[in-house]
Amino acid sequence: MEIGLGHYLTLSAILLTLGIFGIFLNRKNVIVILMSVELMLLAVNINLVAFSTFLNDLVGQVFALFILTVAAGEAAIGLAILVVYFRNRGTIAVEDIHHMKG
Amino acid sequence: MVMPEFSIASAEIFLAIAAMALLMFGVYKKKDAFVPVSWLAVISLVVALILVLMGEGGSQVTFSNIFIVDSFAVFMKVLALGASAIAIIMCMDFNLREKMDRFEFPVLIVIATLGMMVMISASDLMSLYLGIELMSLSLYVTAAFRRDSTRATEAGLKYFVLGALSSGMLLYGCSLIYGFTGTTSFAGIANAVTGSEAGLGLLVGIVFLIAGLAFKVSAVPFHMWTPDVYEGVPTPVTAFFAAAPKIAGMALFIRAFIMPFGELVDQWQQIIVFVSIASMGLGAFAAINQKNIKRLMAYSSIGHIGYALVGLAAGTEAGVSGVLVYLTIYLVMNLGTFAIILSMRHKDGMVEDISELAGLGKNHPLMAFALMMFMFSLAGIPPLAGFFGKFYVFVAAIDAGLYPLAIIGLLTSVVGAFYYIRIVKIMYFDEAKEAFEPITKPLRVIMIVATIFTVFFVAYPTPLTEEAGAAASILFQ
Repeated sequence: MEIGLGHYLTLSAILLTLGIFGIFLNRKNVIVILMSVELMLLAVNINLVAFSTFLNDLVGQVFALFILTVAAGEAAIGLAILVVYFRNRGTIAVEDIHHMKG
Repeated sequence: MVMPEFSIASAEIFLAIAAMALLMFGVYKKKDAFVPVSWLAVISLVVALILVLMGEGGSQVTFSNIFIVDSFAVFMKVLALGASAIAIIMCMDFNLREKMDRFEFPVLIVIATLGMMVMISASDLMSLYLGIELMSLSLYVTAAFRRDSTRATEAGLKYFVLGALSSGMLLYGCSLIYGFTGTTSFAGIANAVTGSEAGLGLLVGIVFLIAGLAFKVSAVPFHMWTPDVYEGVPTPVTAFFAAAPKIAGMALFIRAFIMPFGELVDQWQQIIVFVSIASMGLGAFAAINQKNIKRLMAYSSIGHIGYALVGLAAGTEAGVSGVLVYLTIYLVMNLGTFAIILSMRHKDGMVEDISELAGLGKNHPLMAFALMMFMFSLAGIPPLAGFFGKFYVFVAAIDAGLYPLAIIGLLTSVVGAFYYIRIVKIMYFDEAKEAFEPITKPLRVIMIVATIFTVFFVAYPTPLTEEAGAAASILFQ
């Protein structure tokens, strides 16, 4: 069987869905949310690189490199905010994040 | 190798260098760096504003066509830079008083503003993404800036998680659009979609792109972060969040839909109409029960984004020019309102309950009058400025044949008027409470200027509407 563009797109759609569900269904830990976010971004990268190869166009791969760079910065900032939050509350359980409601 | 034309992006380059220079200055100054860095940041923003205004007319692109400067970009950049500069001035007293006077704060606002300018000038999916991220990452940090406050860090965490989610969806949309049109540049996409039916893949991409952008401007159904973040972060940060990022987000929304997908307006119009109706409705109904004024302003801002989207839904030149007028007026009213919210202060600290406004009419007549004007204007009561904002977008919607949208908009603005007028009633007719501390000088100036604009806009609207019309027309060439 030849692996075509459709397979890559399906894989990336599955990963993206897993990432989104990981954010919404997870009730335990904020770290898992950060991992889900990374998963989503990597799904996008698979998409971009697959399109780039099949279109014979380098722009997609350049875009993927930009995304990798920004994702690193995003993870760093996310962890920093998480650390600050942990110092205040002593927990990073998702179900405890409900100080404001209404 | 050909070098790109740097001079077109001179304001952005200046701001990037200024942000780094300010960081160095703050680090080497060590003590008491906050006030000088704040003023230097304001000066940098003003210089960038002048550089933006000095640019040549017409439409120019640079950096391999990913960066565009035209009169639309100039208009929006002036708003964003002005809003950021005023936000820094509004923050200063508060930060000193609340021991939040670390010099990184104004630098972060400058970097966020740089991101906004890249967003406004984006003419490619890549610069769109990089601009959004540069702005968002700085805003996440600004939200959690008060490290010792549980509420602020919780708000920062929520903002970050939902923001990262929306970036992911936006990127997925970008990747599909790239895949199904073969290019990331707006002009290239416009070429690719002309004359052919949009395929399913492209449509899915557009929907994801709308989802990501709707989050950034906090439109329903991606608004859930807004009330929590607005309430949790320190008040001057709320004032900043409600102003400049909204401008940049709407600018990007408009450019990313009118430029590449102008041909497909029938395909995305319904989605924008839905988002717009849902935002207006939620903004009107959810705000009724609020007791915290910052939370109320959060719902109010969701509603106002809904009204601004009415103009985009029309998809016409008049619609876009209406959005620009609307955003300008909204910005002024909002900054004025927050100048007063920042003055809701007793000896022992800030208060945020709406009921604390009772007796403002007696204790601070000028402040009460200004707040009354802002509230009437936000509700859209003629002859104040807010009425004209709504007027232009609704006229555009009617001209485009969107009668249900215009009618629902009018109805929700009647509902919304209830909670704005309730504030006026509390100020003037409820039993007086303890008076606030006197308003500080910078806030007083901002409040008075905003009041004058709101009240007298009716007498002299032409400069703004003409500029907005010229800015909008360039997108439709």
